[in-house]
Amino acid sequence: MLATSKEFKQNAHHAMADRGLQKALARTRPQNPAKRAAAVAALPEFEQLRDIGRDIKNHTLQHLDFYLETWEANVLSNGGHVHWASTADDARAAVLAICQQAGARTVTKGKSMVSEELAINEHLEAHGIIPIETDLGEYILQIRKEPPSHIIGPAFHLNREDWEESFRKVHTHLPADRVFAEKRDIQAEARVLLRDKFLAADVGITGANFLIAETGSSVIVTNEGNGDLTQTIPRVHIVLASIEKMVPTLEDATSLLRLLARSATGQEFSVYTTFSTGGRLAGDLDGPEEYHVVIVDNGRSAMVGTPFQDMLRCIRCAACMNHCPVYQTVGGHSYGWVYPGPMGSVLTPSLIGVDQAGDLPNASTFCGKCESVCPVKIPLPNLMRHWREREFERHLQPASVRSNLALWAWFVRRPALYRTATRLAAWGLSLLGRKQNRLTSLPLAGSWTAGRDLPTPEGDTFFARYARQQRNAR
Amino acid sequence: MSRDAILGAIRRGLRRGPLPDDQAMAVRARLASHPRHLIPARTRIPHTEQVDLFLDNARREFATTMRVADIAAIPEAVADYLAAQNLPSAFVMAPHPDLREIPWADRPLLRLHEGRAEPDDLVSVQHGYAGIAETGTLALPSGPDRPTTLNLLCDTEIVILSACNVVGAYEEVWDRLRLERTNAAGRFLPRNVMLVTGPSRSADIESTLELGAHGPRRLHIVLVDDPTGM
Repeated sequence: MLATSKEFKQNAHHAMADRGLQKALARTRPQNPAKRAAAVAALPEFEQLRDIGRDIKNHTLQHLDFYLETWEANVLSNGGHVHWASTADDARAAVLAICQQAGARTVTKGKSMVSEELAINEHLEAHGIIPIETDLGEYILQIRKEPPSHIIGPAFHLNREDWEESFRKVHTHLPADRVFAEKRDIQAEARVLLRDKFLAADVGITGANFLIAETGSSVIVTNEGNGDLTQTIPRVHIVLASIEKMVPTLEDATSLLRLLARSATGQEFSVYTTFSTGGRLAGDLDGPEEYHVVIVDNGRSAMVGTPFQDMLRCIRCAACMNHCPVYQTVGGHSYGWVYPGPMGSVLTPSLIGVDQAGDLPNASTFCGKCESVCPVKIPLPNLMRHWREREFERHLQPASVRSNLALWAWFVRRPALYRTATRLAAWGLSLLGRKQNRLTSLPLAGSWTAGRDLPTPEGDTFFARYARQQRNAR
Repeated sequence: MSRDAILGAIRRGLRRGPLPDDQAMAVRARLASHPRHLIPARTRIPHTEQVDLFLDNARREFATTMRVADIAAIPEAVADYLAAQNLPSAFVMAPHPDLREIPWADRPLLRLHEGRAEPDDLVSVQHGYAGIAETGTLALPSGPDRPTTLNLLCDTEIVILSACNVVGAYEEVWDRLRLERTNAAGRFLPRNVMLVTGPSRSADIESTLELGAHGPRRLHIVLVDDPTGM
């Protein structure tokens, strides 16, 4: 997918004026944190599990080469196939080759973010193979030719009327005047239509939430069952998985699964958690005959051994974006690429370059909520700060930002001057805003105050107050 | 090519070559002992309470449940359930030896055939390998006697589960599979293990939960207290 992360500011501006999106955000904004909080409250060990989850992922990353080799050997001994892909091109070529080998005309797909990252659908279509998204949210996005706006609720930004309109437009074999009395009628229409697609597909492509070295398995987690139909009915199953999905054992995967659904949707466990280990065995009456895994790097191995290695712990639960004041204001499309929200603000610059995505790590209030809910304790604000520093080092920011920063740096290195000036400024501002306790416009900061008010200082500067407290404490 | 590039880049990042022998031994030992991590306290209760917790949690996730005393009571339980749902009394059944022991002939109106599910099968009867009390989850490993399509294609799935196969935590299922199924090559997982918690659902339309997305709209669990004969 073509990145528009460079246009973050403009994207965000449009998003804030998008009434449909704002309606959807108003709906989900309070819901998601409340659901997670309830699930966490029902499991007293949740906080301990977060430490365990972090440690499992850290251990795996420290031995990632070893576990990848162990996993590969087990997939092969189970009769499966492993295709290594350094780049997106390698991965697309591998998927296409398997599909062509299978003589595929249609391919059903379970929800997979790495598939979005690799733009698999476009590649298959260009070679005459029809990909069909089967996750309800992904299905409507494919109809509307839109990218997902959330990593687990890809179409949360759409409203009911959007669904009805798109279904009427595309499902032309059904009576045009049919009534969707309930939301479930929309879902039922998709169920019937996609059932035929599942049965006709030659290849099924799924992602993976985890790969398990011990057993050579891949794990998917869904509520709809679409991923399971995708990987059970067609003759060939292709798993697309990036290298950081690895965990050593079933027990490790199980501990992380205890964190995943609770952090994601507030469920205790997703409806279908499925462990796939190779193709059909002797006597099996169903299941795919061939099992392939395309194991994708696409920039991740370069994060190992850097501060951004921590980001490879991510289990894609979306808790960070569900709790992010920025994401909850501008939605997912503003971020301009596959991964939105705080996790995207850290991962996207790693995968497509900080020159392309430098605005993203700046799109944060550093409130720290994302880190506080992350099931594997990724220090997201800290990693965003790392990107800001790199952006500064590489002179990627506009000249005005750099010159203002330079001015501030000059100023802050002269403490006496700084304190006097800030005391004067605080006094001046409080005088200016005395009446309404807030300032709606400021000289030289017009674009800042256009979107928000500045609360007036309550007399003292922080320095003065701190010094006084220290004196009183003595 | 990609393989060497990926492994090489990881090793460069970790500032080492292939894992040194002593460290590799430690990691192999961890794989071999597959240590358990924290097991939630809610699962560490007497077995009778685990059975109740399993049923409570399954119902909370929108499964329906019925508890019967022995296998003789199963045909009537299934027939009554199907009638109450206005469903035809025909179903496709897993070719599992335990299910064959059920005296289905006691209810001559029930029509069953064994095999995998086909698109026009409305009801399936599946064999439950284990029930996990922690979250009301069924463990359904695939095999010739437990086809995966029975969990997916029918509108209604009925799972017959022995109370003695209810466990506390997921990890107990992994250990049971290891114990019962490890072959000469060290493999113990079948092609597929589905952990199923309630019927299929989606919240993709306006974040409103609706049951019956792509998989079964109804999941009915028949728990058998005394599985003698099965």
